Amino acid sequence: MKKYLSDVFGAIGSLLKGMKLTGYYFTHHKEIITQEYPDKKIKLPERFRGEVVMTHDEQNEHACTGCTACELACPNGTIKIITKFDVTPEGKKKKALDTFIYHLELCTMCNLCVEACPTDAIKMAQNFEHSVYDRSQLTKKLNNPGSKIREGVE
Amino acid sequence: MISLADITAAINHWLYATLPGWAALLVEAVIVGIAAITLFAVLGLVLVFMERKVSAYMQVRLGPNRVGPGGTLQTLADTLKLAMKEGLTPDGADKFLFNLAPYVVIIAAMLILAPIAFAKGFQIWDLNIGILYVSAVSSLSVIGILMAGWASNNKYSLLGAMRSGAQIVSYELSAGISVVSIVILTGSLRISDIVASQQDGWWIFKGHIPALISFVIFIIAVTAETNRAPFDLAEAESELTAGFHTEYSGMKFALFFLAEYVNIFIVCAIAATLYLGGWMPLHIGHWAAFNHVMDYIPSSLWFWGKTFFLIFVIMWFRWTFPRLRIDQLLNLEWKYLLPISMVNLLLMALIAVEGWYL
Amino acid sequence: MIEEIGTTEAGELVINMGPQHPSTHGVLHLIITISGETIKKVEPHLGYIHRSIEKMCESLSYRQFIYVTSRMDYLSSHINNHGCALCVEKGMQIEVPPRAQVIRVLMDELTRLASHQLWWGAMAMDVGALTPFFHAFREREAINDIMEETCGARLTMNYMVPGGVMADLHPRFAERVKEFMRFFRSKMDEYDELVTNNVIFKSRMQGVGYLSRENAISYGCTGPTGRASGVSCDMRKIAPYEVYGRLAFNEILQTEGDCYARYLVRMAEMRQSLSIIDQLIDNIPEGDFQAKTKAVLKLPKGEFYSRVETARGEFGVYIISEGGTTPYRIKFRSPGFSNLSALDHMARGHKIGDLVAIMGTLDLVIPDIDR
Repeated sequence: MKKYLSDVFGAIGSLLKGMKLTGYYFTHHKEIITQEYPDKKIKLPERFRGEVVMTHDEQNEHACTGCTACELACPNGTIKIITKFDVTPEGKKKKALDTFIYHLELCTMCNLCVEACPTDAIKMAQNFEHSVYDRSQLTKKLNNPGSKIREGVE
Repeated sequence: MISLADITAAINHWLYATLPGWAALLVEAVIVGIAAITLFAVLGLVLVFMERKVSAYMQVRLGPNRVGPGGTLQTLADTLKLAMKEGLTPDGADKFLFNLAPYVVIIAAMLILAPIAFAKGFQIWDLNIGILYVSAVSSLSVIGILMAGWASNNKYSLLGAMRSGAQIVSYELSAGISVVSIVILTGSLRISDIVASQQDGWWIFKGHIPALISFVIFIIAVTAETNRAPFDLAEAESELTAGFHTEYSGMKFALFFLAEYVNIFIVCAIAATLYLGGWMPLHIGHWAAFNHVMDYIPSSLWFWGKTFFLIFVIMWFRWTFPRLRIDQLLNLEWKYLLPISMVNLLLMALIAVEGWYL
Repeated sequence: MIEEIGTTEAGELVINMGPQHPSTHGVLHLIITISGETIKKVEPHLGYIHRSIEKMCESLSYRQFIYVTSRMDYLSSHINNHGCALCVEKGMQIEVPPRAQVIRVLMDELTRLASHQLWWGAMAMDVGALTPFFHAFREREAINDIMEETCGARLTMNYMVPGGVMADLHPRFAERVKEFMRFFRSKMDEYDELVTNNVIFKSRMQGVGYLSRENAISYGCTGPTGRASGVSCDMRKIAPYEVYGRLAFNEILQTEGDCYARYLVRMAEMRQSLSIIDQLIDNIPEGDFQAKTKAVLKLPKGEFYSRVETARGEFGVYIISEGGTTPYRIKFRSPGFSNLSALDHMARGHKIGDLVAIMGTLDLVIPDIDR
């Protein structure tokens, strides 16, 4: 008999404690953590792995030598490098980058290509809104048209 | 100040003066019918929105806040969506019963609106067995649920409907006994008498301990009767059976959904009438000055405030507690709620006879 | 015996649960034989998310195959990566610098916390309380933000490499972690108020899904499932790796073996993780975060095995190498697979509502089971 009553009161007590907690959250509106996207833009940290981009400076020059280290490091064939042969002022033939093809649809953002690059030519950008209406827009060429390699990069 | 009772009396007077007797009655019936249906529709909209906002704030998020100013037109958008959905009747289902079931549930809910006193003198039908009528008619909704489960031709729906039927029928006992314990104090089944007897204080204060126990048991029992969490096994999505309204879509599903929310309103209105005084303002004993100040607040505001507070408490239950299993649910009723409410009834009778209440 | 959907000769009903279902966490197809409301037999059908990861790894080099394990048990992605890195280091005899060891352990414990938080929220949602889910995610988002600042990703973090970690900690890491711990300790008391002591929860979880010690050992249940039945199987204690040998923490054992015991073990593990992070966060040694290795890794010919303790149990990586740059065969021992095999034994004789509670406390992640 005593156990019956203590069961009942213990039960009611535990239920009321739970209700007190949700009642607290109901009345304190500053605890709300909803990020109102897309009304308020989200600021991403600088190491966020969005998509791979090639950095170009003001003279439209990049640092990619066409060594294909990133293509070898990528686990699923996202990067394809097409090289051409440039003629240097001394008349020697030197390998240079023609196009850097990057399949955004296959990329897993694992960062192995950025780690493998010896000249820090590519890095990860901070955007995650990659949706497009047309699939062909996801195959990107990372080097800008008319850009060439910076002097002194080996 | 013009009260609602004055408006209705004026309309009544005007109708009987201009039209012959039978026509006036007919027009009044039509007006009351339209008012009841409008009340249902508006209540449904308001309660669904309130549920979504209450649940959102308890879950540290914002609720609907895009459709309309502050999200108020959200339910309207949902209703339009449901109305445009295809209403599918499954093959092999009993067509007549399948189509009839939602209407039975809604009609049972509408009939209970009759004796509820919304404001001073503002009742549709003040019959002399008001509370007994409410208790009896609320049992009719079980028939609708069982019809829905049977007519769906789906073994999971039938399972869910049987469980739901067992649950509602058991919890009506405790609810009924709680109601009886207040009727003992009032001495009358008529709703206007019950409210008038709370002239000098609400029963929950005057009837002290037994009334408080009876109130708690009543709230638990009506949460179970309306299939609300933590007793919502019949319609839980994460259990195997999706309940008696699995096969319903479109407008018929909207009717079931609406009936559930209106049922919540009705049982809270009954609880407010019995325990918290209905439309009676908060009076304390014979403190005439305090009572006079309280009387300035219109009686309809008192009624709606109390009812919505109780609706909020029932919503609070839903978003805090997990679900009970079917055997634990029935266990709770037959082993805990029913014996306690019977003992409470005896206690209340003793108190009423000895006059130990305030 | 494969059961057909319908009615058996004994009058029992054979029904489907899943693969699309709100409470099987992932695509799990269960065929349940019930008689009335009581379960007679549960048969899981797997393979709906089999992606042949082990076969894929045969064509990836030793640096490349680590990212794939993040996608197996996505809630303990750091710990899975850690296991793979340990196996490669064992094969090539690479010495990991002390700073990298401490960073790895810190990331592991944060991941364990995040995984248990999601488990708590999802289990409460299965049993019927819909509010704790959002509270749990609020805490998990705090951990995800910390990870995002250092590793760059929130869920599948490819941060461990053979030899250390990919990048150094962000300068604000220690400060953010300390702030998070202060915030989370008060929340754990709230968790207890809302769920642990609640009478409805207790009555749904006590006495349900009993797994005895002998059965736990014979089914191979590790992790919190095994520890709740009294089996001492914490890899961090039995075979300490990295700095676990130096830390002061207990192995949490319960003996009841029912759902409530598994629940209590995981709640206590969350507090353990907090105390481990506390011991390490102020004493991160200076130094390299990555050992110098060759650009192309080649394991010598042989077989190598390493095991770590994920949030679900023992995760094992077994590499058979023929001496080339890609492995000949990799096998992953997933903890979920063994835990799931005990489901049939635990669920017999209970009701359908109990099955959902049992699956919630087993903490299954189906991609881990199917690989």
